[in-house]
Amino acid sequence: MNVNKNSYTIGFASIMVVLVAALLASASIFLSPFQDRNIELEKKQNILQSVGIEVERNDSEIAYSKFIKEEIVLDYKGNVIEGSAFDVDLNVELKKDIENQNLPLYVSTLEDSSTCYIIPLRGIGLWGPIWGYLALKEDVNTVFGAVFAHKSETPGLGAEINQSFFQDYFKNKKIFNDNNEFVSVTVTKGGAPDGDMHAVDGISGGTITSDGVTDMLKERITRYLPYLEANRPSQEILLPIDSTSVVNLISMKNE
Amino acid sequence: MSKETLFSKKNRLLLTDPLDDNNPVTVQVLGICSALAITVQLKPAVVMALSVLFVLSVANVLVSLLRSFIPSRIRIIVQLVVIATLVILVDEVLKAFVYDVSKELSVFVGLIITNCIIMGRLEAFALANTPWKSFLDGLGNAFGYGWILIAVAFFRELLGSGTLFGYPVLEKIGLYELGYENNGMMILPPMALVTVGVIIWIQRMRNEKLIESN
Repeated sequence: MNVNKNSYTIGFASIMVVLVAALLASASIFLSPFQDRNIELEKKQNILQSVGIEVERNDSEIAYSKFIKEEIVLDYKGNVIEGSAFDVDLNVELKKDIENQNLPLYVSTLEDSSTCYIIPLRGIGLWGPIWGYLALKEDVNTVFGAVFAHKSETPGLGAEINQSFFQDYFKNKKIFNDNNEFVSVTVTKGGAPDGDMHAVDGISGGTITSDGVTDMLKERITRYLPYLEANRPSQEILLPIDSTSVVNLISMKNE
Repeated sequence: MSKETLFSKKNRLLLTDPLDDNNPVTVQVLGICSALAITVQLKPAVVMALSVLFVLSVANVLVSLLRSFIPSRIRIIVQLVVIATLVILVDEVLKAFVYDVSKELSVFVGLIITNCIIMGRLEAFALANTPWKSFLDGLGNAFGYGWILIAVAFFRELLGSGTLFGYPVLEKIGLYELGYENNGMMILPPMALVTVGVIIWIQRMRNEKLIESN
């Protein structure tokens, strides 16, 4: 048999491609239930981490149902709409217009029976997506904890955002200033000034990833402002903020 | 042709030669980029070494089995398809059953596919030899690559972070109390090159076959 004939070469290539495609496709179909399960458990583990509960991945299911009391979905006006926060894929939502986005929010009740609001985050790092969870205390102002993860940030530099030393900086920071204006928390290159309640130290050599975290926090929390304002404990005076001004704020930022 | 036993001297040489005399990293200077990228800590280095061991030996056998059917004009493409398929399969299986290892490995999947040692062995050996010999050759070269990787990672993690597999060795033996400090340089990629260089130096000092005569 002459294996160098054109017809043989084309035939060989075609059969090879079909076989390999069939093999990989069936492997993917067969294994995806197991993979999805792992991803789901990890998501629960990460959500729990943001409220300071460290569990093994396999135990996250039980702890999750114990501490996470509500999985709600909001529209851009802050109204609760139908659906479960856990099923919302932020990657899909972020591609939609602001008015059509579903905003997932988790409400957690901790062991001391205090309430935490957990906002899922997703943004852009240097090389790929970054994501995480930000837990706010009952006053919807103080950060209880934050968790970040990334797909492909530079090891040793931007990738450090998933380390606890960095995430711990966020604890007890505030997202509103004394005049109740939203300022978010900024990751600051060269280190945050002492006592600044709205800034944390950046990662040396990881400036673009750090900026990605800043942008992600600002953009995501902004969307939740109507809900947060409405759920703020009553003694504070609220600034009138309606959904159109939120939209304006976002479009201004995008320009 | 006289019948050869499975572990004849020649076959054993296929296994042992790449460990020293014909090491893919230190003698042929292949696969250097992964040796730099993932030797900051021992754990990923071991994971990488095992993955390459699997992919290289299986790919060698597959290509050797197919060697009389592969059209020579598209042989490189066929080799790439074999390697890529194996790597993706491994990754999928790990993702389903050993999720933590797969997270560790995800960055390296691309590095394994492009590892020139694997392509090099398929092209230079498996296409011209029987499956058994190719299997031994694959094992040998993967071991040759793996031990260098692990040796480099051992020194970089120990001297750079003071740990081994994440265990704080130097802290436990109380070296820090004597004023010792970790060498941050060891964590940076250039030090991997220097470490490989030192290994090559030592190897050439004691292995006369590698000393060029001029």
